[in-house]
Amino acid sequence: MEPLVKQEKTAMSGDEAIAFAVKQSDVDVVAAYPITPQTIIVEKFSEYVANGEVQTEFVCTESEHSAMAASLSASVTGARAFTATASAGLALMHEMLFVTSGCRAPVVMAVANRALSAPLNIHGDHSDSIAQRDSGWIQLYVENAQEAYDSIIQAFRIAEDFNVLLPVMVGLDGFTLSHTLENVETLSDDVVKGFVGTRLLPNVLTHEGKMVPFKLDPDNPMTMGPIALQNFYFEFKRQQDEAMKNSLDVIQRINDEYSQVSGRKYGNGLVETYRLEDAEVATVCLGSTAGTMKAVVDELRREGLKAGLLRLRAFRPLPVNEIRNALEKVKAVAVLDKSMSFGGNGGAVFHEIRHALYDAETPPFVVDYIYGLGGRDASPTELRGTYEDLQRILKTKSVQNQVQYLGLREEKGQ
Amino acid sequence: MTIQEWKFTSKDIAAKPDLFLSGHRACAGCVPATVLRLVMKGTRGPTIVTEATGCMEVASTIYPYTSWATPWLHTAFETAAANASGIDAALKIMKKKGKLKQDHVDVIAFAGDGGTYDIGIQALSGAVERGHDFLFVLYDNEAYMNTGIQRSGGTPHGASTTTTPAGTVIPGKLEYKKPIGEIMVAHDMPYVATASPYYWRDLLTKVRKGLEVEGPAFLHIFAPCPRGWRSDPAKSVEYSKLAVETCVFPLWECVNGQWELSVPSRLVALAPQKKKPVIDYLKGQGRFRHMFTPQGKKLLEEVQNLTDRRWQRILQKCGMVQKS
Repeated sequence: MEPLVKQEKTAMSGDEAIAFAVKQSDVDVVAAYPITPQTIIVEKFSEYVANGEVQTEFVCTESEHSAMAASLSASVTGARAFTATASAGLALMHEMLFVTSGCRAPVVMAVANRALSAPLNIHGDHSDSIAQRDSGWIQLYVENAQEAYDSIIQAFRIAEDFNVLLPVMVGLDGFTLSHTLENVETLSDDVVKGFVGTRLLPNVLTHEGKMVPFKLDPDNPMTMGPIALQNFYFEFKRQQDEAMKNSLDVIQRINDEYSQVSGRKYGNGLVETYRLEDAEVATVCLGSTAGTMKAVVDELRREGLKAGLLRLRAFRPLPVNEIRNALEKVKAVAVLDKSMSFGGNGGAVFHEIRHALYDAETPPFVVDYIYGLGGRDASPTELRGTYEDLQRILKTKSVQNQVQYLGLREEKGQ
Repeated sequence: MTIQEWKFTSKDIAAKPDLFLSGHRACAGCVPATVLRLVMKGTRGPTIVTEATGCMEVASTIYPYTSWATPWLHTAFETAAANASGIDAALKIMKKKGKLKQDHVDVIAFAGDGGTYDIGIQALSGAVERGHDFLFVLYDNEAYMNTGIQRSGGTPHGASTTTTPAGTVIPGKLEYKKPIGEIMVAHDMPYVATASPYYWRDLLTKVRKGLEVEGPAFLHIFAPCPRGWRSDPAKSVEYSKLAVETCVFPLWECVNGQWELSVPSRLVALAPQKKKPVIDYLKGQGRFRHMFTPQGKKLLEEVQNLTDRRWQRILQKCGMVQKS
């Protein structure tokens, strides 16, 4: 790859953009295991290592479980750590995700979102990371390769903020973003270095009354990951939730700060609203679908329909207030879920959006569309259909099917 | 590669401050606790310890207390070696970038038999293959004692555990103990050794050697558990001696592929008449009680034969095949 200068436009896939962002972010340790469609990230990064372009210890672990354990351990030793995975790899990490957030290790991870087996499927949906919703990780979902690049850089700042100290996963749609070439504007190495900075460690109080850096340090021995029983465990968990709440502000602040150096901003960092001001009908989605949906909204607006879109960039922490503010004046909302909660009456995003709108003065109708599982394409026509359904709901003032499927073959009458 | 020889007196060891402190909640007669204390006496400088989930992790770090006077990390059951990988990688790059205060920091990973033979073997094998610089210490009490004496890949043939109870049809564990040391040697790693806390000088020397070698080292330490073995807590150390004298647990080391019997086992090899029958080791342990009934006779013979066969294999590897 040619060397890049400030804000140079280069054709990159989402995976390549992420590898490049990691290269620029002064990462100390990358511990990872390859899995489609994340593989390009580790391959590209291996090239940087092989060519001496990075000062990073690259650990090719024998599994994702060990990749997460090694990332976490490197992080609590004081290093800046990054890893990447997808699908089954993320599922294998499941146990360690909780340990990483519980140890307050600010690991950053890219997840090239992909379906889960069985049946085996390598294509994009959100089943993998949505299933990790309660693992204590901040979850950001990006719309395009540009945002993937920008969000990885931001993620280190968010994770390492002393009021947060939580791991961050950045989800990009498998193949749709991970493997598709786009023009990506990249900052110069110096600008990124200046923005991310070197990793700082908070000081914590020891039992001897000393303030010492929070890491494994032979000069200041600390026991990390101990057993905490009925008398202490709960308080640890409460603190994690507090850190999540703190991250609501930090994500917004970093989004603002980043826009100062790059000129790029993603809504307020938590949510992005599109033509919602006077909207009567709106959809809510994560990731790359928002790109298609924006075109659909434009088309409907040209036809005179008051349509809008809310893109959830942060799924954890859930920006409840932003969701309510953005949607409480809308009359009918269609949520798009790219994962399934079997037997749960709709997907996770649907549940959470409805939860956020419950306290609105006049809550809108909220319905769910499960779509795109296993990488099934969602065409503009299909997406447009959701708005047409919403108009029907407004006209009849009733919801016939709270949960429906987009682009699915079903027997008639079902 | 030459390994710096470490000369020490018992006085030196007694005077050396403990890194594994008293006040932990291990049971009476717990050898794993003795093993941790001894291993930490063998350290040579700044050391970071990581430990798999297990009885010693649980007994030594009940929040807000800790027995560890050195930085210590626990993450999960199967991750001791993966943790060591991450710590080793972080130390290496931080040193390169001038972010490490110390000139060198040793890394020790502790795991029980569950965290080594069974759930932890993938991470261990991977970390060794990658050549990380760390010492992996297996304290082997031969079953999942933390969860209540369930069988592991390290449980010996015939032992009664709560998942292989000696019943009227099945007499305890049917399978054999995995030869974990030999499996590690097959990784072509720089240092593999076995040790028993009765022979504490030998144990300390091996800890130090394991730290001195560059790259991965594996130390398999015999660690009787009176609760799990249903044995007299006062006899735990005696069992660690008997296991060596009966050749149930031979002491050896393999440095860069060169096998050598350690002195206590070499003495047995040189004077085979001194080799004690396995029965001397088995009797008194409740987990083998069913072998001392008329129906257990066959099993006793089997265990003796298995012990002899494995002892011969080790002798062969060490170039000390007995003629008889």
